[in-house]
Amino acid sequence: MSDGRLSVFKTYKLYVGGKFPRSESGRVYEVTDSKGKWLANVPQSSRKDARDAVVAARKAFGGWSGATAYNRGQILYRVAEMLEGRREQFVREVAEAEGLSKSKAASVVDAAIDRWVWYAGWTDKIGQVVGGANPVAGPYLNLSTPEPTGVVTVLAPQESSLLGLVSVVAPVIAAGNTAVVVASADRPLPALSLGEVLATSDLPGGVVNILSGRTAELAAPLASHQDVNGIDLTGAADDADLAKELEAAAADNLKRVRRPQPVDGTDWSADPGTHRLTAFLETKTVWHPTGALGASGSSY
Amino acid sequence: MPTTAPPPKPSAASERGGSPFADATASDSALRRFLHGLPGVDTVGLEARAASLGTRSVKTTAKAYAIDLAISMIDLTTLEGADTPGKVRALAAKAVNPDPLDRTTPRTAAVCVYPDMARTAVAALSGSGVKVASVATAFPAGRAALDVKLADVRDAVAAGADEIDMVIDRGAFLSGRYLKVYEEIVAVKAECGSARLKVIFETGELSTYDNIRRASWLGMLAGADFVKTSTGKVATNATPANTLLMLEAVRDFREQTGVQVGVKPAGGIRTTKDAIKFLVLVNETAGEDWLDNHWFRFGASSLLNDLLMQRQKLSTGRYSGPDYVTVD
Amino acid sequence: MASAFDYAPAPESRSVVDIAPSYGLFIDGEFTEAADGRVFKTVSPSTEEVLSEVARAGAEDVDRAVKAARKAFEKWSALPGSERAKYLFRIARIIQERSRELAVLETLDNGKPIRETRDADLPLVAAHFFYYAGWADKLDHAGYGANPRPLGVAGQIIPWNFPLLMLAWKIAPALATGNTVVLKPAETTPLSALFFADICRQAGLPRGVVNILPGYGDAGSALVEHPDVNKVAFTGSTAVGKAIARQIAGTDKRATLELGGKGANIVFDDAPIDQAVEGIVTGIFFNQGQVCCAGSRLLVQESVHDEVLHALKRRLSTLRLGDPLDKNTDIGAINSAEQLARISALVETGEAEGAERWSAPCELPSTGYWFAPTLFTGVTQAHTVARDEIFGPVLSVLTFRTPDEAVAKANNSQYGLSAGIWTEKGSRILAVANRLRAGVVWANTFNKFDPTSPFGGYKESGYGREGGRHGLEAYLDV
Repeated sequence: MSDGRLSVFKTYKLYVGGKFPRSESGRVYEVTDSKGKWLANVPQSSRKDARDAVVAARKAFGGWSGATAYNRGQILYRVAEMLEGRREQFVREVAEAEGLSKSKAASVVDAAIDRWVWYAGWTDKIGQVVGGANPVAGPYLNLSTPEPTGVVTVLAPQESSLLGLVSVVAPVIAAGNTAVVVASADRPLPALSLGEVLATSDLPGGVVNILSGRTAELAAPLASHQDVNGIDLTGAADDADLAKELEAAAADNLKRVRRPQPVDGTDWSADPGTHRLTAFLETKTVWHPTGALGASGSSY
Repeated sequence: MPTTAPPPKPSAASERGGSPFADATASDSALRRFLHGLPGVDTVGLEARAASLGTRSVKTTAKAYAIDLAISMIDLTTLEGADTPGKVRALAAKAVNPDPLDRTTPRTAAVCVYPDMARTAVAALSGSGVKVASVATAFPAGRAALDVKLADVRDAVAAGADEIDMVIDRGAFLSGRYLKVYEEIVAVKAECGSARLKVIFETGELSTYDNIRRASWLGMLAGADFVKTSTGKVATNATPANTLLMLEAVRDFREQTGVQVGVKPAGGIRTTKDAIKFLVLVNETAGEDWLDNHWFRFGASSLLNDLLMQRQKLSTGRYSGPDYVTVD
Repeated sequence: MASAFDYAPAPESRSVVDIAPSYGLFIDGEFTEAADGRVFKTVSPSTEEVLSEVARAGAEDVDRAVKAARKAFEKWSALPGSERAKYLFRIARIIQERSRELAVLETLDNGKPIRETRDADLPLVAAHFFYYAGWADKLDHAGYGANPRPLGVAGQIIPWNFPLLMLAWKIAPALATGNTVVLKPAETTPLSALFFADICRQAGLPRGVVNILPGYGDAGSALVEHPDVNKVAFTGSTAVGKAIARQIAGTDKRATLELGGKGANIVFDDAPIDQAVEGIVTGIFFNQGQVCCAGSRLLVQESVHDEVLHALKRRLSTLRLGDPLDKNTDIGAINSAEQLARISALVETGEAEGAERWSAPCELPSTGYWFAPTLFTGVTQAHTVARDEIFGPVLSVLTFRTPDEAVAKANNSQYGLSAGIWTEKGSRILAVANRLRAGVVWANTFNKFDPTSPFGGYKESGYGREGGRHGLEAYLDV
């Protein structure tokens, strides 16, 4: 515009099942930058969009959880590569969304890219760290291995539109789960753009599904959805009543719930540790008899 | 306990008058396919089941019943290079009259000796009802030519043995020549006449439970009257687990063919407690039809004295001691 | 039942246990009456004999107990781990010393056979304390970072099916990690927990570290609700588990829930059949089937259905049902009249829905609560007896044609606690185990437990793991 050329606006769309649909409701809402300047009209997803996202995530779960950990790591690393290539776009979007200076936004984007790298490396290590052989007192081989919980709803943090988002989504899928992500309500653009990155990163469609809209409206049907196995309430951190309601609704099918942490205490640039990785892992323990090689060793 | 299991269904083959498994022994490869098609045995599960049955508590009247039953099931055995007619006659006397202090004590089922001692045993046991069992077929290793083995059997049968305890060719079995083992048993059976044939597998040498199951079926298909664990001459002889496995085999064989086969654990069973555990295995696996010395035997020698001491304890209330049983 | 070899009665001596006519609540190291003076009777389910009268905890008692636990927490959590370890080792040893007494007690109060309490429950109880004792001074090395902190006061609610074992699963890791405990045993089986209180005293455990509150659901609910409880550990029904999850929503309370199950026991045509039959029996008739991880759905490959069923019925006909104190009893009493009614109702539903019922031919005693080992054939996924947890000695038999179908049917349940696989083919075991959505998979065995082995469910069978290194996490602020 400043150089006299009229720029091409992007129509931001949802990312569901590897495709970029609009909300089935036809609704959009205005997204502005931190100073109130209009940025885009984004889809205001409905409960039906949430339902469709769960269907997509469930469909993708078998393939994604069954992929080798090495393969998942490769794909997560590919996400980092793709994000790096679109670094400038994300710096702009983060700066606008969060009201950060260019340089601050750049360091946030860099940290988000590095976070994908961190989790890319975890996919084939977490099993050894949290699983293993258990020395049972009997002639049995006993192995515990972590397995993904299933379809996980992730309420992305409201403030940290990219680094926070990546920090909550990457561990969920690194562990082999598939995700239905509710983006930051007021700062959804980096999330919706991330969908475009994921779509070009060899990530199978449906592994991550990204919805923009009103958090409470989307979270409620997802929290009570019987085919969702876990829910991360990070994005409800500023609304204790909502968080409580969602947790209670999640009890209907005993979803694994990750409670929100106080917003103030959250430093998304800190070492993420393994907590988010293990939050949506189940432990499966398999027993098998070993016994003597032959009957000759046994006696009464 | 009553069982609601349906009576054995005669298969099409047995209705035709032949063995339902006639095809199985048609060739070496058919026999291999049949034996390897038997359900596998999980070592830990089998041993756990045997151990679990070993925790049955058999007291008072049940114990008295079990002790007398066990005595009546003993093949009182002497299989030594140093065996003499005197030794065999002493053993025979003990078989007929196990406890000189208590004439109500049952006789043992048989006396088990080498073929050259069979005639002595037959004479000593004449009219007693106690059978004479003779080992044969180049016992215990079984390493001789077939005609030597058959001659061994003929000798014993001619001497009047009521029962023949043969050993299988473990070398042939372990090298996969199942048909050779089968044919040898068939040949021995043909020499037995009216004598009942016990087939010894030497389970300790077969080593795996899968092998023991296969050997049991092989023996039964070949016409064994009894399947027997071992010679008593190797490190591992009868165990609850291998006996349980053979009891399962005879149970299944009768269900499928209508033919009942006996079981004889031999070697290493020395105490009343052990013997009762085996009887529990019989009772809860093959069932009460096998709780009779026509269908179940113990190959043992020192077991008898322990049974007698326990028997004395039950009848007098006092613990007995080795001076109150006979040494033979 | 007449047989040539009829085992004479072999009752374990009752004289090894001395049950007092009444018991109080165990709070702050003392036995005390309930604030409102309420009591309830605990009966022996095999005879309906009243064993004792026990104080019934209410909300006020819960508050007293939580306060005592809170008070004790400061010192207990500050103790060097090596000292906490020694208390737990003491407890483990005293349990071993008194194991026959406790086995008889448990059999009397619960109705399960002495063979099980003697050979399974009690050895596992002692082993569990022994195992977690060793962790108390090694928490820095458990993989949860340096110096992991305890949560505080743990409110623990346990069921009646393995009263003392469930107590051990709860209390041992809680104490090892430095928490203090308020534990509510089930209302039908309070006695072994009260004897455990005595063991705590013998071990010299500081007052208030372990508090035992016999009572009903209202006391359990009050415990969950109590604002000063930091951790809830519950084993029991899925319905109550969901209620607890709702109750603690929006709080900082941590929870582990071990809930119901409808375990699939899958028998392939190449299974070791005799051992599979034993595994089926162990899977569903251990503890009268009152086991959350029971293999209550038998999925048998259609090609071996008749053979397996024939062998299974033959085997079930040898099960010995009767006096739980008799050392030869395999099947004891159902824990309560209420549970018996629940089992009976579900079995009636099964018959009404057209499944074919077969029960082992055994005489049921005239007093007490009994149910003959029962199986349903011709069951499909649509039958109630294939979906609902019966929690009794009732097996539903379904068939499948291919491994894929077996897995699909096994996973077709809101539960995900246990499963069994029977096949001699190693790769099939691994492939099927991999795809089963269940927390514990037994391959060519069933119902094996060990303190080192993490236990817990997927889906509506609950969350969190008990046992092993994994079991520490539930009691640490990590």
